[in-house]
Amino acid sequence: MTAPTSGSTALAFARQSWAGLRVLLVLTVLLGLAYPLAVTGVGQALFRWQADGSLVTAAGGRTTDRSRAVGSALVGQQFDAARWFHGRPSAAGDGYDTLASGGSNLGPLSPELVTEIDQRRAAVAAEDGVAPSAVPPDAVTASASGLDPDISPAYARLQVARVARENGMSVAAVQRLVDEHTDGRDLGILGEPRVDVLALNLALRTMAP
Amino acid sequence: MEPTWIVLAQLGVVVLVLAATHVPLGTYMARVYSSARHLRVERAGYRLMRVDPDADQRWSTYLLSLLGFSLASVLLLYALARLQSWLPLDVGMPGMNPATAWNTAVSFVTNTNWQSYSGEQAAGHLLQMAGLAVQNFVSAAVGMAVAIALVRGLARSSAHGRVGNFWSDLVRGSVRILLPLAFVAAIALIAGGVIQNLHAFSDVSTVAGGTQHLLGGPVASQEAIKELGTNGGGFFNANSAHPLENPTPWTNTLEIVLLLVVPFALPRTFGVMVGDRRQGWAVLAVMGSLWALAVALTTWAEVAGPGLAPAAAGAAMEGKELRFGPAASALFAASTTGTSTGAVNSMHESLTAPGGGMTIFTMMLGEVAPGGVGSGLYGLLVLAIIAVFVAGLMVGRTPELLGKKIGRQEITLVSLYILVMPALVLIGTALAVALPVGRDGISQAGPHGLSEVLYALTSASNNNGSAFAGLGASSTFYDVLLGVAMLVTRFVPIALVLGLAGRFASQRTVPASAGTLPTHRPLFVGLVVAVTVVVVGLTFVPVLSLGPVVESLS
Repeated sequence: MTAPTSGSTALAFARQSWAGLRVLLVLTVLLGLAYPLAVTGVGQALFRWQADGSLVTAAGGRTTDRSRAVGSALVGQQFDAARWFHGRPSAAGDGYDTLASGGSNLGPLSPELVTEIDQRRAAVAAEDGVAPSAVPPDAVTASASGLDPDISPAYARLQVARVARENGMSVAAVQRLVDEHTDGRDLGILGEPRVDVLALNLALRTMAP
Repeated sequence: MEPTWIVLAQLGVVVLVLAATHVPLGTYMARVYSSARHLRVERAGYRLMRVDPDADQRWSTYLLSLLGFSLASVLLLYALARLQSWLPLDVGMPGMNPATAWNTAVSFVTNTNWQSYSGEQAAGHLLQMAGLAVQNFVSAAVGMAVAIALVRGLARSSAHGRVGNFWSDLVRGSVRILLPLAFVAAIALIAGGVIQNLHAFSDVSTVAGGTQHLLGGPVASQEAIKELGTNGGGFFNANSAHPLENPTPWTNTLEIVLLLVVPFALPRTFGVMVGDRRQGWAVLAVMGSLWALAVALTTWAEVAGPGLAPAAAGAAMEGKELRFGPAASALFAASTTGTSTGAVNSMHESLTAPGGGMTIFTMMLGEVAPGGVGSGLYGLLVLAIIAVFVAGLMVGRTPELLGKKIGRQEITLVSLYILVMPALVLIGTALAVALPVGRDGISQAGPHGLSEVLYALTSASNNNGSAFAGLGASSTFYDVLLGVAMLVTRFVPIALVLGLAGRFASQRTVPASAGTLPTHRPLFVGLVVAVTVVVVGLTFVPVLSLGPVVESLS
C-alpha cells in the first residue's frame, strides 16, 4: 500500500466536503424543517394552550389569544406596589424583562452580592413588619432566569398581613388564597413546594373589594 | 433546605429511569449500527445525497468524510447566522457579526454550544431550527459515529483498517436513534408547558400595569435534542432555567434523564458489539462511579450552602429557580458538566465555591462521567487503554485490550489524546489572564476571577458549553480563543481515535491467555477510575488551587 500524496489528500478532502454539503442539506430538510414543524403540528393539536405559552387573561382564565392575555402563567412579572404579593428579586433587565433573561452572575463570595442580600432583607423586614431573621432565602436572592414565577410558601405567608391590610381584606381570606395557590412537590418528591405569584395576584384582584 | 430523603428520592427517580433504559436502548443502538439493511427513507436520502452508504471505509477515509461534513456544517451555519435577517422567520433579528457567527458555528458543530450571544436577542426562529437544532442532531451523531468506529476496530480482526461507513453511521444515529427519542421528548415537554409555535415576540400589558414581551418560537423541539444530544445551547439566554424551556420540577427531571440516557446506554452498545457484555458493564461502572462522585459532592455543597453570600441569604438560592431548589439544581449541574452538555438550570457562577469547583473538576475529567454522546465512550476507552498499559508495566507484560496489543504506536496516539485538552485549558487560561484583553472580561477580582476564566477555557476545551456567565466573553478575543479551543479539542482527538480504530481493526485479535489482565472485573474498574482521577489531579491541581480551592477555604 502506498501512502497518498498530499495533493490527492487535498482533492479527496474537497470531494468529501462537497459530499458533506449534500448530506447536510438533505438532513437540514429532515431535522431542521420537517422535525420542528411536525412537533409544532402535533404539539398544537394536543396541547394548544401550553404550546402557545400558557397565556392567561385578566380574569385568570386560559387563552391562546395574544391580544387578550396579561402574561404567561409560567413567567413571573414585576409586582412592586404594596397591595401585591411580591415575587423574587430579578436580575433580568430592570426586573422580569423577558428579552434579558438571566441571573446576577455574582459569585458566592461577592461583597456586592452580600450587600444586596442584606439590603433586601432589611427592606422586606421593614415592609412586612417582621424580624430580619424571619425573611426566607428566596426573598433575598435573584433567580437564575430572572423570570421565576414562584416564591416559597414561607415568603407568601410572611406577606399575608400586609396584603390583607392594603386590600382591605381579612387576613384569613388572604391566607386561604395563599393556601389554594400553594403547590407541593411534583409527585410528592420532585422540586420544591411553591406559590405561583401571578396566579395568586390575579385571584387577589378578583377578590379584593 | 430539603430533607435528605427528598434529595435521594429525586436522584432515585433519575437512576431508575436510566437503569430501565440501559439494556433496551443500548442493545437497540448496537442493532442500528450493525444492521446491513437501510430503511426506505434512508435509501431515498442516500440517492439525493449521492453518497455510497455501503462502502466499508478505511479509517482515513472515514475521517476525511467526517471532516468534510464538519467543514460544510461550519460554513453553512456561519452563513445562516450572518444572513438570517434576509431569510424568512427572522422575527426581526439582525445578522450576527463575523466573530460571533464564527464562534457560534464552531460551537454548535463541535457539540459544545458555548453561546456568546443571547438567544432572545440574537437568534431568529429559522436559525434556531434549520441551523442550530440541525447541528444539535448531527454533531451528536458524529460523536456516536466515532465511538462506534472505535468499537468496530476493537471487535474486528485483520480488517485492513476498515471501520465502517461514516455516512451511514451519521444518518442512522440521527434518524433511527436521536430523532424518535427527541420527538417523543418534545411532545412531553410541550405537555409540561414548553412552548412550540412560530410567533414573533409581542408586547403585553402586565397585571401590575407594566409591559412585558410574550415570547414565541419552536422551543420544545430544540430543548429535547439539546439535552438528548448533550449539546446544551439554550433557545433563551437563561437556558434550562427559563420557565418556558423548563417549566416544572418534572420537566426538569425529564431533561436530566435526557442528557444522561444515551451516554449511559452506549456501554451496553459497546458490550454487545464486541461480543462480551461484561466489558460493557465495566465501562458503565466507571462512568457511574465518576458521575455519582460528582453528584454527591456538588449536591452536598449546594444543599449545605457554605460561603458568605449563601450564609447571608440563609441558603444557596442566588442564581437558582425556586421550583428546582438546591438539590435538583446540583443534580442538573453535575450531570450537565459530566456529560459535556452545558445546558444549565441554575447560574453556575453563583454556585457555592466548592460546588462551582466541582463543576470545573467534573469537566476536567474529560467528558467521561458519563461524557457526551459518543465522546464519553471513546474517551473512556482511551482511559481504559492507559489503565491496561499501566497495569502491563507493573507486571512486565505486553498490555492488551480485548485481544488487541497496545504497542508503541497505539500508546503514542493515546498519549497525544490525553495531552490535547489540558494543553488547551492551561495555555488558554494563561494567555487570557496574561493579556489585558483577556483580563478585561473578568467581572470579579481575586480567585473567583481566575475561576471565571478557567471555567470558560475548561468548558470550551471539553466541548461542554456552560459558563461562569459573569465573564464578558462576547469580545472578539474570547470569541476567537474559545472558538480555536473548541475546534482543536473536538477534531484532533477524533482524528487520533479514528487512527487508533484503524490500527486495532488491522490487528489480528489474539486469544486471551493466563497472562491477560481481565478488563471486566471490579479491580480493573477501580484502576480506570483511579487513572482518570490521578491524571486530572496531577494536571490541574495547581490551577484549581489558585481558583476554586482558595475560594472554598476563604
